[in-house]
Amino acid sequence: MTAPARRRRPNLAVLGLTPFALYVLLFLAVPTVLAVTTGFFDKKGGFTLDNVSALFTPQVLSTFLSSFWVSGVTAVVGAVVGALVCYALLGTRPEGALRQSINSASSVLAQFGGVMLAFAFIATIGVQGIITVTLKNLGVDLYADGVWLYQVPGLLLPYLYFQVPLMVITFLPALEGLKPQWAEANATLGGSRLTFWVRVAGPILAPSFFGSLLLLFANAFSSYATAAALISQGSQIVPLQIRSALISETVLGRSNLAGALALGMIVVMVVVMFGYSLLQSKTARWQR
Amino acid sequence: MSSPRLGATPSRTARTIILSLVGLLFAVPILAMIEFTFRDGLSGSYTLTHWTNLANPAVNAKYAPLATALANSGVLVVVTVLLVLVVLLPTMILVELRFPRLRRVLEFICIVPITVPAIVLVVGLVPVYSVVVKVAGSSIWSLGFAYGITVLPYAYRAIQANLGTVDVVTLSEAARSLGAGWATVLLRVILPNLRRGILAAAFISIAVVLGEFTIASLLNRVNLQTALVLISKSDPYVAVIFSLLALAFAFVLLLLIGRLSTVGSRRRKA
Repeated sequence: MTAPARRRRPNLAVLGLTPFALYVLLFLAVPTVLAVTTGFFDKKGGFTLDNVSALFTPQVLSTFLSSFWVSGVTAVVGAVVGALVCYALLGTRPEGALRQSINSASSVLAQFGGVMLAFAFIATIGVQGIITVTLKNLGVDLYADGVWLYQVPGLLLPYLYFQVPLMVITFLPALEGLKPQWAEANATLGGSRLTFWVRVAGPILAPSFFGSLLLLFANAFSSYATAAALISQGSQIVPLQIRSALISETVLGRSNLAGALALGMIVVMVVVMFGYSLLQSKTARWQR
Repeated sequence: MSSPRLGATPSRTARTIILSLVGLLFAVPILAMIEFTFRDGLSGSYTLTHWTNLANPAVNAKYAPLATALANSGVLVVVTVLLVLVVLLPTMILVELRFPRLRRVLEFICIVPITVPAIVLVVGLVPVYSVVVKVAGSSIWSLGFAYGITVLPYAYRAIQANLGTVDVVTLSEAARSLGAGWATVLLRVILPNLRRGILAAAFISIAVVLGEFTIASLLNRVNLQTALVLISKSDPYVAVIFSLLALAFAFVLLLLIGRLSTVGSRRRKA
């Protein structure tokens, strides 16, 4: 009698997995599949490559280029500044109040993207922002060449505001993983601090640094809310172009363009995140 | 700092310069928001009225949409946290206990929403929600299903960080051999051990849902963030005040998460 009872139990336990499976199927798998496949259909449901070929029109390509540019610049600057902060934090005690509070502040600010971030920057460097007005009184006009805050270059500073903290929380564990013994070994063998950074710490940290850089790129590339709150009209970067496509449905006279744009974004995200996980697995070796 | 510096440690000057410079730059936008809420229009002088107006019934009638939005966000927080507790948490425990081989699969599924950004997901959610609205009506709570997916990576990591340190298999076998039923095992043995992870997952979910804009805005639903955008066009001061309050609230929540994890790690080391 025990054998059938044993066999029945796993079956019942499998039932326990169904709510989650069903939920993920309906609200993650179905929307994702719909998002990337609608681009292949026209309004009447017939198969078409029109939308996907629209990805290669100059108008859409230039939007992707702007997105790459914003994500690339903020990822590189964010990674370098964030890494410097991590480096400075190495000089503080790990359990000390300073490192703990910078750590928590970073995890808050890394989440801070969106509408509220846009407000913060409008209050800072908007036309009436405190920095703009102060500089004007000093004779410097931030907006001598027109108001750039509500255009693509205006995204750089707000994006850096969440990119640097994200770098701090992703890169700090790698720097903390540098063992004091390695520095001691380097010193006993007659190496200088420069040797240590170039020959020991550099190669060990490189995969983690570039992995974090890719994560920052993906983070900026996929973020929508900050840009949407700053730039209320137009399709300057890919997420904003998806917005216009969803709202008007007739961008470039094509329906379902949003689906094709979503497909393009997913392809970029999958490539970037694949690179990230490759580099991450190289990092994990040293974090024991 | 008198010992010779070896390898990685930065000099004291370098450390001070970097941290104070970056700290200062990051404080400016927050301070600018605070300064903004005290401005008296474009006159250049300062006033408290934007803050006192919050308690002034004569004026705050026009903040009614914001109150609705706050209530909506409250409902969404409850639905999302319930999804995490009722759908994700039991699945994670079940996988840990009975299907350890599915652990990688579950992890992969939970990390997917990082690769599928909200702006992509929303393209597919538009048709899904046109069905959901037919079945469940257009009230706000159904949006929680989409948010449950958005918080999946965060909630999963928070719970998994805790689950990894607790040997639930041994614990449940011990409880079972002492005669406990499965309900007792779950409620009195496993869940109390996961309290930290569960709390952290709930807090991070609350913070994410309160800050969510993309999905609500493109599905034409009203939540705190979409209402903030709307009201900022007529009364930017109130929008900034509420942003500051929401930010302070999120800060407290995430500080609590940090507290939870450091208390835990200290206890583990002891």
